[in-house]
Amino acid sequence: MLFGIEWNTANDWVFAWSILPILLRGLVVTIEATLLGFVVGAALGLVLAALKSVRVRLISWPARVFTEFLRDTPLLVQLFFLYYVLPEYGLVLPAFLTGALALGVQYSAYMSEVYRAGLESITRGQTEAARALDISPLRTFAVIILPQAIPRIIPALGNYLVSIMKDVPVLSVVSILEMLNVARIIGDRSFNYMVPLTLVGALYLILTLVASAGVRILDERLPKRGIPLH
Amino acid sequence: MDWLSYLNPLMQGAWVTIRLALYSTLLGAVFSFLFGIGRLSRSLPCRWASIALIEIFRGTSLLVQLFWLFFALPVLGQALGMDLRLPPVVAGTLALSLNIGAYGAEVVRGAIQAVPRSQHEAAKALDFTPRQTLWRIAIPQAVPEMMPSFCNLAVQNLKDTALVSLIGLGDLAFQAERVRNFTQDSVGVYTLLLLMYFGMALVLAGLMRLLETHVGRWRAKGA
Repeated sequence: MLFGIEWNTANDWVFAWSILPILLRGLVVTIEATLLGFVVGAALGLVLAALKSVRVRLISWPARVFTEFLRDTPLLVQLFFLYYVLPEYGLVLPAFLTGALALGVQYSAYMSEVYRAGLESITRGQTEAARALDISPLRTFAVIILPQAIPRIIPALGNYLVSIMKDVPVLSVVSILEMLNVARIIGDRSFNYMVPLTLVGALYLILTLVASAGVRILDERLPKRGIPLH
Repeated sequence: MDWLSYLNPLMQGAWVTIRLALYSTLLGAVFSFLFGIGRLSRSLPCRWASIALIEIFRGTSLLVQLFWLFFALPVLGQALGMDLRLPPVVAGTLALSLNIGAYGAEVVRGAIQAVPRSQHEAAKALDFTPRQTLWRIAIPQAVPEMMPSFCNLAVQNLKDTALVSLIGLGDLAFQAERVRNFTQDSVGVYTLLLLMYFGMALVLAGLMRLLETHVGRWRAKGA
């Protein structure tokens, strides 16, 4: 029994059907962690991208090294670091928030590169043309660069959303009851790991195939030449 | 600071991590070519099997795959009357290499498909068999194009090895967890651990770049 739901071990199919509602509870946590991690990552990534693009080397270099550092160290270790080290400095967060923060921190490094690549793909000629037309730099960014960069940035971010979802099971080490952890607990108690773990695999496959198809459709629907402003 | 006293167990763990990363990267490269070429095969069962394996190992989480091989496979084996209990090293290497191999397969496929059509036509004109065209013409030109992606995947794989500590393999992350439990010095141990992984990743990326320049010679001259 888990979350007050009993299971039935008559045979594998009945067992699978009876634990499905329990796994779906875990799935909700997985999706929540994915979305929160994505928002944190997208925001932190934007900060990192901005810092890296500053002309002052004293600022841009540390930001670059930090990005590389985040990209080259395992999520698991970053999670442990945040989970055990933050409380020593008086910042005690619930495990779920720490987990989502770890996901966000890891992916902020990847996402900062997405922003950078998206913005740099707009040719210099456009900036120069805007300057020649006496459009202010802020307005150039908001009205010329950004509307063209966004259709290139969003699909790439969407792919990272799918990646984050696949990394959520790592959060089970800080005892977050996401889908894989729920499946393991069911396995521990029923002595049958095969059914719950296979079911988790199948649910993941459905989820990622649907999400990837969604990203592809989004990519096709987004206006390639920039978001029309009028 | 008594950081020096941490070094011995951490170095032992690092050695396990390095070996694991090496084996799974090499085996992963084999799977990359196997699945990647399988996807381009003209035989339908071969192509479908490759697509299914690629989608399964890319579409599910690595940790799910690891737990499945370690916890679920023995149960399946019992039902089939076989002993499918894998030692943690084997389960870990297999999960890591299948996962990275599925990602690598897409790289291999993309690079082989990017070989210009004229090369295939020229090979046909010279009466090469399809197998000769693949191994002598397409792959040697495709490999240099794969290298930057393979470099990223190798670093990704190194990071992923940390997950095997969760099935009880004594790798770097596992040893660090032990040291932390013993000394209660979270800041010191985890800072050192992050730096060690960072260092290993930088060395690995450097080695992959050397390999990249080495195979760069295979590029067609003047193409």
